[in-house]
Amino acid sequence: MTTPAAAPEPTRFPVVLGLDTFGDRTSDRNGRALSHAQTIRNVVEEGVLADRSGVDFFGIGEHHTSDIPMSAADVVLAAIAARTTRIRVGSAVTVLSSDDPVRVFQRYSTLNALSGGRAEVVLGRGSSVDSFPLFGYNLADYEALFEEKTALFAELLKGTPVTWEGKTRAALHDQDVVPYTEFGPFPTWIGVGGSPQSVIRAARHGFSLMLAVIGGSPARFAPFSQLFRQALERFGRPPLPVGVHAPGHLADTDEKAESEFWPHYLEVLRRYSRIRGFAVPTKESFAFEIGPEGALYVGSPETVAQKIAANLIALDASRFDLKYGMGGLGHESLMSAISLYGEQVIPRVRELLRSERPTP
Amino acid sequence: MVGAGHVGPVIARVAVAAGYEVTIAAAGDPKEIELITQVLAPGSEPRWTADAVKDADLVILAIPLHRFEAFDPVLLADRLVVDAMNYWPAVDGKRELFEDAQHGSSEIVAGRLAQSRVVKALNHIGYHELEGERRPSGSSDRRGLGVAGDDGQAVAEVAEVIERIGYDAVRLDSLRAGRILQPGGPVFGRTLSRAEFERAVHTEAAASGVR
Repeated sequence: MTTPAAAPEPTRFPVVLGLDTFGDRTSDRNGRALSHAQTIRNVVEEGVLADRSGVDFFGIGEHHTSDIPMSAADVVLAAIAARTTRIRVGSAVTVLSSDDPVRVFQRYSTLNALSGGRAEVVLGRGSSVDSFPLFGYNLADYEALFEEKTALFAELLKGTPVTWEGKTRAALHDQDVVPYTEFGPFPTWIGVGGSPQSVIRAARHGFSLMLAVIGGSPARFAPFSQLFRQALERFGRPPLPVGVHAPGHLADTDEKAESEFWPHYLEVLRRYSRIRGFAVPTKESFAFEIGPEGALYVGSPETVAQKIAANLIALDASRFDLKYGMGGLGHESLMSAISLYGEQVIPRVRELLRSERPTP
Repeated sequence: MVGAGHVGPVIARVAVAAGYEVTIAAAGDPKEIELITQVLAPGSEPRWTADAVKDADLVILAIPLHRFEAFDPVLLADRLVVDAMNYWPAVDGKRELFEDAQHGSSEIVAGRLAQSRVVKALNHIGYHELEGERRPSGSSDRRGLGVAGDDGQAVAEVAEVIERIGYDAVRLDSLRAGRILQPGGPVFGRTLSRAEFERAVHTEAAASGVR
């Protein structure tokens, strides 16, 4: 369809609606914690179900704790890729600062080969810091590590041979790094929680921007979207998509979703609040977070779809990844949430967006 | 405003909205933060740190605490400084200077900024809340924010700024008492009215034996 003499359309990216998990250790029907091995196998089943349900992307966040045993997300993603043909698979996030960019590239380039070009990487810090002591890094060096390693990762994505020199790893001189990508660089994002410098960094390297909105009003991130677009322009780069990562849970009704999610949310945040010193959530703060102004997407498919559509518009974003699962929420209720997301939320969000902003 | 990370641009934004003239500085060349300033805190001026603080009536320090150790205290001599920083070892790693159970992080900061008047404030409200939770004076749901310092005049000046940007200032008469504003304390990250805030301070003081 063409409209003569219409104003130039802003660049539109296809709407992509995905799921992220941290792979929290879940419980059986009697509330007993599952083994790490079973938790990992369950995540594979969840990824396969996401594919069957119509979800566009499945992401796993790197973690290194006994309650979140997802230290080798790429291996789990490879298992999902082998059993699916459609869904895109990637990290959410890869903690690049405590990893070797060459190895991250190799692993995800391998995943890209296995999946027929369906791999993506989100680079970031995440909220987990356990990988730093584990791999012998100092948290105080975080910024310098991330800056240098993202620069190297951008070089690696351009293809080989790679020549690079820095302070955080051995230099590379005309180095062949394999496997080569089949169809050019795979999509790479930088996950940003609130640091404007990270937004600029993503634009500088030509990475897409993934906004992690895990507390407070999503709309306050709108200036970050704007900052990203202006920074891309300033660096002479073409437009790139903006995505949103946010936690939530689905059930048939709002009440059911809330009552399933709340006790686990409270338990997880209570544990973190002890370590990090912030306030334990209350019923009142929870009600705010699941409301239209808050960061949590908890409710019936209709409630969650409305909120996703509204925030994609508010943040001028084309991608939304719902981080499902929370602490000891059972595998069965996660499977049910995945089906609801793929079969009901996704088509509804697309419908809402079509009526809000007609595609040209 | 010294710091252009998570916190700095948000404080600059609400300060501009309250009618203040705001300059903002990061670690290096102001050109590096020009775009950040334009988009996130329009109306504020990016400067080199020395230029930003030179004529400032009040300097808000919001840099990562591990960078503070390398920060030149002379830059802030004779200035009124708001310490909006937190020591957060679980997130940012342990720092020997701040591993001191006897002193709060702002007492340690003040020890290094010996020629400045240091007030602790704005450290215990999330940068993601600072803009949205502002309320006009007299609103029933106006949030209380702590202002702690050893110099009463300095505390009063900072309290006035807190009130003007949209919060009720709850004064604490020493940096030592300001330890209650730290992570893990009863007001950290909590939305409390002035009365609730004062009650939390009294309860905590009674429990710990601190005045």
